[in-house]
Amino acid sequence: MSKKVEHNIKAYSNNFTTMTPGPFAIYLRTCKIWQLLRFIAINIKMLVVVSKSH
Amino acid sequence: MARLVVLGGGVSGHTAATFAAKWLGSAHEVVVVTPNSKWNWIPSNIWVGVGEMSKEDVTFDLAPVYAKAGIIYHQAKALGIHPEGNETSDKPYVVVESTVPGKEGQIENIEYDYLINATGPKLNFAATPGLGDANGLGEFTVSVCTADHAVHANHEFQKAIQKMKNGERQKFLIGTGHGLCTCQGAAFEYIFNIEHELNKAGVRDMADLKWISNESFLGDFGVGGLHMKSMGFAVSSRIFAESLFTERNVDWIIGAHVNKVEKGKVSYELLSGEMGEESFDFAMLIPPFAGVGLKAIAKDGTDITATVFAPNGFMKVDANYAAGAYENWKASDWPSTYQNPTYGNMFACGIAFAPPHPISKPMSSPNGTPINPTPPRTGMPSGIIGKAVAHSICDRILKGENAPLHEASMAHMGAACVASAGKGLFDGTAAAMTIYPVVPDFEKYPGTGRDTDYTFGEIGLAGHWIKHILHHLFIWKAKLKTGWTMIPE
Ligand SMILES: Cc1cc2nc3c(=O)[nH]c(=O)nc-3n(C[C@H](O)[C@H](O)[C@H](O)COP(=O)(O)OP(=O)(O)OC[C@H]3O[C@@H](n4cnc5c(N)ncnc54)[C@H](O)[C@@H]3O)c2cc1C
Repeated sequence: MSKKVEHNIKAYSNNFTTMTPGPFAIYLRTCKIWQLLRFIAINIKMLVVVSKSH
Repeated sequence: MARLVVLGGGVSGHTAATFAAKWLGSAHEVVVVTPNSKWNWIPSNIWVGVGEMSKEDVTFDLAPVYAKAGIIYHQAKALGIHPEGNETSDKPYVVVESTVPGKEGQIENIEYDYLINATGPKLNFAATPGLGDANGLGEFTVSVCTADHAVHANHEFQKAIQKMKNGERQKFLIGTGHGLCTCQGAAFEYIFNIEHELNKAGVRDMADLKWISNESFLGDFGVGGLHMKSMGFAVSSRIFAESLFTERNVDWIIGAHVNKVEKGKVSYELLSGEMGEESFDFAMLIPPFAGVGLKAIAKDGTDITATVFAPNGFMKVDANYAAGAYENWKASDWPSTYQNPTYGNMFACGIAFAPPHPISKPMSSPNGTPINPTPPRTGMPSGIIGKAVAHSICDRILKGENAPLHEASMAHMGAACVASAGKGLFDGTAAAMTIYPVVPDFEKYPGTGRDTDYTFGEIGLAGHWIKHILHHLFIWKAKLKTGWTMIPE
């Protein structure tokens, strides 16, 4: 099993108070079907901001 | 016939010149003065710096593009502006020095009716002892600010990978090389691309990665951070940035003014006043930016540089430079037409205009050392501003001197930004973000300063696909290929 991201936290160091993603959140980052949907959603969001800015 | 001279053929100047040439047609002249023979899509230099792209992938020759657009191209660098002409003529002109191989140093005067200064930044390596000098980058660190720098950075990076493969641990230090740097986003991309490549090379466990920057909190990015809607919360970019750094096991030092670079070591001062040292085997530290050092000369020969340019060398425009302390800052301090207040036929766009003040809150150490990011002007605002300025000038040429100027304030425009965190068709990731408006408006959007309906961010493969598509789209657009005007800035 790959190392859990939360194992990178060091008590009372810089990163002690941060949130870390679990395995499912990390899996979704490169899950092709989910990312294809996100690709469409992000493009729409970006186009809205682009059209508001021109 | 009127002549528009554009100084600088980068993101902003190229946008301005190409749209002006299209709108003005052959009845008027558009001249571009820029020292490089090649155009560079700077954001992709990150991928050159880790060996995922070549210099050829991110650059192309300007001459054929300008020939196609009917733009007169001078491969030269501007030295000075004479906005009132000289004792023998009232016609304003710029003095330029050729950079064409074999003709280096040849001086020429180019008259203009309208002038756009889009000369971008001087990479001021000399501001930090050891980071570089007046000739540029020093010997101890690398840079990804130009395509050539990025090629060199990759060369050193590959050497580091080889050392790790031979069992030698390596420490990577990436960030900003001075207390008043901007462009933290580029360093952010580089550190995560390095981390991604080290994984691919199978040597991640042999590397220690550390971030050092002048931000007072991680995720400031020179825009005072941003709040994004996520899971029903308005979440600070600090939370997401700290999370990503932890996930990828990258440690950080923030609020740091790097004041000296030596072989394998930087010295720094923190916002707390504490002094420290950090060792490295490989370091990429962004230099502070300044104006490129153009002079302005009056008709009688007196030096009026201080009238036309701010002390940092950027050109004064219609900004409020007297806003004073942070508490007095307003969104309306930011320029909207980019017209020089003294000479109405001169404009500045992209990084070349003098911002009224930073966006992040100014801070200094107890010793009085200022340590805060200076304001970024990323690709989208630089392009939009270049186009707005070109539009204003074309209207004045075609419709008359009193045609109203077009506006493009960074306090009213948003920006879409995609920060690469590793390249790969199926294993790449990038943080896709929008921010609206770029400059926070705390009167209109109390609390966060931004409209959280239009300010968002997420990291994933989709962001990487967008980043890679944008690479091709913007090079397509800059080459003026079919449909180029349809691609937004
Ligand atoms: C490594 C890196 C990565 C980046 N990544 C992103 C990103 O992902 N997204 C994003 O939005 N932005 C990014 N940026 C920022 C983006 O590159 C800038 O916003 C943009 O280039 C600014 O455009 P500009 O035209 O003002 O300056 P530039 O593009 O730098 O153009 C200035 C031009 O002026 C020329 N010049 C210089 N001196 C003179 C002179 N004396 N006379 C005439 N011409 C002169 C220069 O040669 C250059 O061609 C990145 C920047 C860096 C360094």
